[in-house]
Amino acid sequence: MTSAAKPTLHILQPRPQTTVQDLGRFGFQALGVPSCGALDPVALRLANRLVGNAEGTAALECRLIGPSFEVQGAPVRLALAGASASIEIDMDGDTRQVPAWRAVTVPAGATVRVGALRGSGCAILAVAGGLDLPEVLGSHSTDLKGGFGGHQGRALRADDIIGVNRPPLDGPELELPSPPSLEFAGTLRVVLGPQSDAFTAEGLATFLDTPYEVSREADRMGMRLQGPALTFFRGADIVSDGIATGAIQVPGSGQPIILLADHQTIGGYAKIATVISADLPAAGRLLPGAAIRFRPVSVHEAEAARRTLEREVARLIGSMAPVREAASIDERALFSANLISGVVTALDAP
Amino acid sequence: MMEKLAPNGTRLGDAAIFLPVGDTAFAIEFGTRIDPLLNAMVHRAAAVLAAEAPEGLTETVPTFRSLLVHYDPRLTSAEALQQRIEALDLGTVEVTTPTRIWHLPVLYGGEAGPDLEAVATELGLGADEVVALHADTVYRVYVQGFLPGFAYLGDLPERLDLPRLATPRVRVPAGSVAIAQRMTGVYPVESPGGWRLLGNTPLRFFNPAHTPPTLLSPGDGVRFVPVEASEHARVKAVVAQGNYVPECETRP
Repeated sequence: MTSAAKPTLHILQPRPQTTVQDLGRFGFQALGVPSCGALDPVALRLANRLVGNAEGTAALECRLIGPSFEVQGAPVRLALAGASASIEIDMDGDTRQVPAWRAVTVPAGATVRVGALRGSGCAILAVAGGLDLPEVLGSHSTDLKGGFGGHQGRALRADDIIGVNRPPLDGPELELPSPPSLEFAGTLRVVLGPQSDAFTAEGLATFLDTPYEVSREADRMGMRLQGPALTFFRGADIVSDGIATGAIQVPGSGQPIILLADHQTIGGYAKIATVISADLPAAGRLLPGAAIRFRPVSVHEAEAARRTLEREVARLIGSMAPVREAASIDERALFSANLISGVVTALDAP
Repeated sequence: MMEKLAPNGTRLGDAAIFLPVGDTAFAIEFGTRIDPLLNAMVHRAAAVLAAEAPEGLTETVPTFRSLLVHYDPRLTSAEALQQRIEALDLGTVEVTTPTRIWHLPVLYGGEAGPDLEAVATELGLGADEVVALHADTVYRVYVQGFLPGFAYLGDLPERLDLPRLATPRVRVPAGSVAIAQRMTGVYPVESPGGWRLLGNTPLRFFNPAHTPPTLLSPGDGVRFVPVEASEHARVKAVVAQGNYVPECETRP
C-alpha cells in the first residue's frame, strides 16, 4: 500500500446498470449527440463535494441496486448520495456499514458493496480524485447508444478494472449532517409547451388534473407513464424539432413519456410540457409505480425555482462537516475484530 | 406563416416566434413544414447566434424548421435572451444547391437491405427501379439528430414515398440505408428504428476522435452509389483501418 501506487476498482457485480456519469456532454447536440449526465445531478454534486472533488467530477451512477467491487493498489475515499443505502465494506473478515451522505476511506484489499437503493431509482457513488478515464467530447459521461464516453462507452461489467486518479486523502472525512429528503412530494412542476396547442382542451385538462403512474418501461432515455390517454387536436406527429431534458412527449397512444438525460436530440412527437430544471433530480429518482401530478408554472417561476434549488445546494455543501462518529465506528470495528461476534450481532439488533 | 414568405430569399426576423421549452431552453420556430428555405433560416440563425455568443446561451440545436436554444438559467433568463435575439440582425437567406456532394457506396437488397423487395412490391415497382430512383437523387443534409451522426437527407423522390414501418425493428444494424416518408438516412450505430431498410453502407458517420466528429454537415449533398458485395467488403475493410476517405464531388 505505497502512496505511489494508483488505486483501482475491480468490478465484481455491476448490478442492473452502473455507468460513469458527470454533469453531461454539451455543445454537440446539433450533431445528434445527447447530453447524457447524471439522472440526479444534485446527488452527483453533493457526493463529489463529500469526497473533496469539484462538483462535476465523473462518478458511478447506480440504478436500483449498487455494484460491488474490490479496491486494489491504494486506498480510496468514497461517498454515496441520492438514495438511502449503505456501503458495506468487507476487510479481513469484518464488515463495516457506512450510510449514504458520508465519506469513508477504504483500504486496498477491501471489498465494497452498495446494497439496494431506497427512496430513489438511482444513486451516485463518488470517488475522491475522480475516475481515470479519457474525456470524450468534453465529458466523461457514458453515451450508451452512441457507445462512447465513460468506461468503453457502456455500462460496467464484471471484471472491469476502473482506475482512480490518486487523491490526497489526508483531509477529514466529510458528512452531510441533515441530508435532503428523498421523499417524492407527488408533484412535478412543468412549463406548458412547446406543442401544448396540439392537444384538445380536454387532453390538457386531463394532463393537469389526473395522476400518472411511472411504468416499468423506464431507462436513462425516458420514463413512460400510464394514465388516461391524452387527446390530440391534430394528431401526435409534428415535423421533428428539438428536445430538452424533461420534455414530456406524447406519442399516438396518448400516454406521456418524460425524456431524461439520454434523450434523442430531436423528435417527431408533440410535447405537451417540460419538467422544470429544479424538479429534474426528483424526476430522475422516480421508481416504477410512483404517482405523479403535474403542476403548471411560468418560465419566470421555473427560473426562480432553479435559483432556490441552487441556494439549497450551496447551503448543503456549506453544512458539510467532518464525520463526528468516527471514534465510535472505529471502536465497533475493534470489537468485531477482537471480541466475540455476538457483540456485532447485538449492536445490529433493532 | 409560410404564405407570407417570398419563394426564395427572405428576412429571418419577421417569421420567427419563440416557444417555451421549460426553463433551460426555448425554440425559435420559423414554420411547421419541411422546406429548404425554412431550414436555411434555421441554420442561418444558428450561425448568427454562435457568432454573437450571448451571455448564458449554451448551445443550439437546428431542426428542419426551428432552432432549439439551450441556456443556463443561472446565468440568464429566457426573457433577457429573447430580447437580445430579437435585437439581432439575422440577415437574409436563400436556398442554395449543395456544392459539396458525398458519394456513399451502398450494397442494396438482400441481407443488407431486407425491406427492398417489400418496398418495390408496395410501390408497384421493380427492385432495380427502387434502387435507381434512390441512387439517382442528390439529397440535402437538412439536420442531424436522433443518434450521433444520423443525418436527415431529403427530399426522397415522391415515387418512393412510404410511411414508417407499422412496427419498428428493435435492432437496425449500423450502416443501414433507410427511407421513410420523404426522407432517407443511414443509421450510424445499431439502434431501434422504424424506417425501411434498402441497403447498407460501410462508411462511418460519427467518430468522437475527429474534428468535426461527423462526416456530413448541414447543407452538404449526398448521393448513394450502388456497389457489389465485393466492393462493399473492400471499403468496409479500409474503413475498419481508419483510412477510408469517401469520394466528394465539388460543384460550383
